[in-house]
Amino acid sequence: MTIKQLLSRINWKGQPKYLHPAYTSTVKRAPQQPLIPLPHTLSELTGPVYGTGNIGPLDHDLTRNAVRNGQPIGERIIVTGRVLDDSGRAVPNALLEVWQANACGRYIHKIDQHDAPLDPNFTGAGRVLTNANGEYCFITIKPGAYPWRNHLNAWRPQHIHFSVFGANIMSRLVTQMYFPGDPLLALDPIYNSIDDEAARQRLISSYAHDVTQPEWALGYRFDIVLCGSKMTVFE
Amino acid sequence: MLTQTPSQTVGPFFYDALIAPGKPFIPTLVRDGVQGQRILIVGTVLDGDGAPVPDAMIEIWQADANGYHNHPADPNYAKADPNFSGLGRCDTVNNGRFEFQTVKPGRVEGQAPHVNVRVFSRGMLIHANTRMYFGDEAAANADDAVLSLVPIDRRDTLIAPLLPSNGLPTYRFNLVLQGEGETVFFTP
Repeated sequence: MTIKQLLSRINWKGQPKYLHPAYTSTVKRAPQQPLIPLPHTLSELTGPVYGTGNIGPLDHDLTRNAVRNGQPIGERIIVTGRVLDDSGRAVPNALLEVWQANACGRYIHKIDQHDAPLDPNFTGAGRVLTNANGEYCFITIKPGAYPWRNHLNAWRPQHIHFSVFGANIMSRLVTQMYFPGDPLLALDPIYNSIDDEAARQRLISSYAHDVTQPEWALGYRFDIVLCGSKMTVFE
Repeated sequence: MLTQTPSQTVGPFFYDALIAPGKPFIPTLVRDGVQGQRILIVGTVLDGDGAPVPDAMIEIWQADANGYHNHPADPNYAKADPNFSGLGRCDTVNNGRFEFQTVKPGRVEGQAPHVNVRVFSRGMLIHANTRMYFGDEAAANADDAVLSLVPIDRRDTLIAPLLPSNGLPTYRFNLVLQGEGETVFFTP
C-alpha cells in the first residue's frame, strides 16, 4: 500500500461553461473539444508562494493607494472574508489581486470609453494576502454599474474582480464579487452563466453590520472557496 | 465538501491591476545567476476565426532547470533555484502575442520537460489550462504519461517547435482557443 497526495478537482456543476451565447464574446473564444483530466503531479501540487514582503503597506487600501490631490469620490466600503479550500480548511498566504470601476462606473483602463468621469485619486487596483486564518480585508469605494455593448441596454451589475492564488496552482481562480440586492444581477449574462443556484450565490457578498464601522464605512463579507484541497489516498 | 466559488471572466479591464509596471508578476522568470539554459517562449493567442486575441492574459508555472519547485510540496524545495520565480504573466496587447523569458525546466517525477500554461481573457468565463512540451525532446515526449492521455492526432498542439534563432533558444507555442488546430486543454 502506498500513500498518495491528491487534490480535490474543480466541480464543473458549479462552474460556467466556456460557451454561453448570451455572453456574445464567448462564441469565438470557447474551446469546443472535451477537456482532459490532468493528473496531479508535482507540477500541479505546487505553485507560487507569497509572504508579506510582497505586499506594500497601502496595497489593501484603494481609498489611499492612488491619492494625488484628495480622497476618491464615492461610498467607502470595507470588504473582508476568508479564503477556504473545499474541505473547509483556511488557506493562509493566499494572494488576492482586486480591480474595479470607480464610483461612476469607469475603469482606469484606456480602452474603457464609458462617458463617465475618471477619479484622479482612484485607480481601483489593490492586493492583499490572507493571514493564518485565511482572512483578508481591503478598503475601497463601492464600484458603479457600467454599460457594455453585449446587447441593447446592457449594464454590468456592480462588481469587484478578484484574482486568487491559493495553496497550489490547481486552485487558481479569477472571479467577480457582486453586491446583495442588485437588480442588474437577474439581467447579467456573465453572472447567469452559472446554472447551479448554490454556486451562483457564492458570488454575492453579504452586508455585514459587524464589519461596518460607525461614522466611517459599510462592511461586506465575501468568502472564497477554492478547489485543490489536499486529499490523502491509500492505494 | 463546500461549494466552490465559480469562475467569472477576467474581463477587458485587468491591465492596470495585473500587468502594469510594479505588479508582482512579469514575463521574465529569471534573475542573474539563474541555473540552466535560458530560453524564450513566444506565441500568439488565436480565436475561432484565426484572429489574434489582443486582450488575453497568459500565466505560466514551471519547475526550475533541475526540475525543482520553490514550494513546500516539492521534496526538493530547499534546493530550488533562488534566482528563478517559477511563475510568469504576460499580456497579449501586441496583436495577440506573448513572450516569456525563462529556463528550460528539468524533468519532474520522470515526466518530459513541460510548462503549465493558463489563458484568461474577455469572453472566457473560466480560464483554460494546458501544458507546453518541447519540440526537441522527442524521446521524453514519447514516454510522457500526460501526453499519452491526449489523442495522438492532437498531441502536436502541445509540442512547441524550436525556432531558428541567433539568440536564445526560442520555442513557439500558439494557443488556439477554438476550431481547427484547437489547443488541447485540461481540467484541473
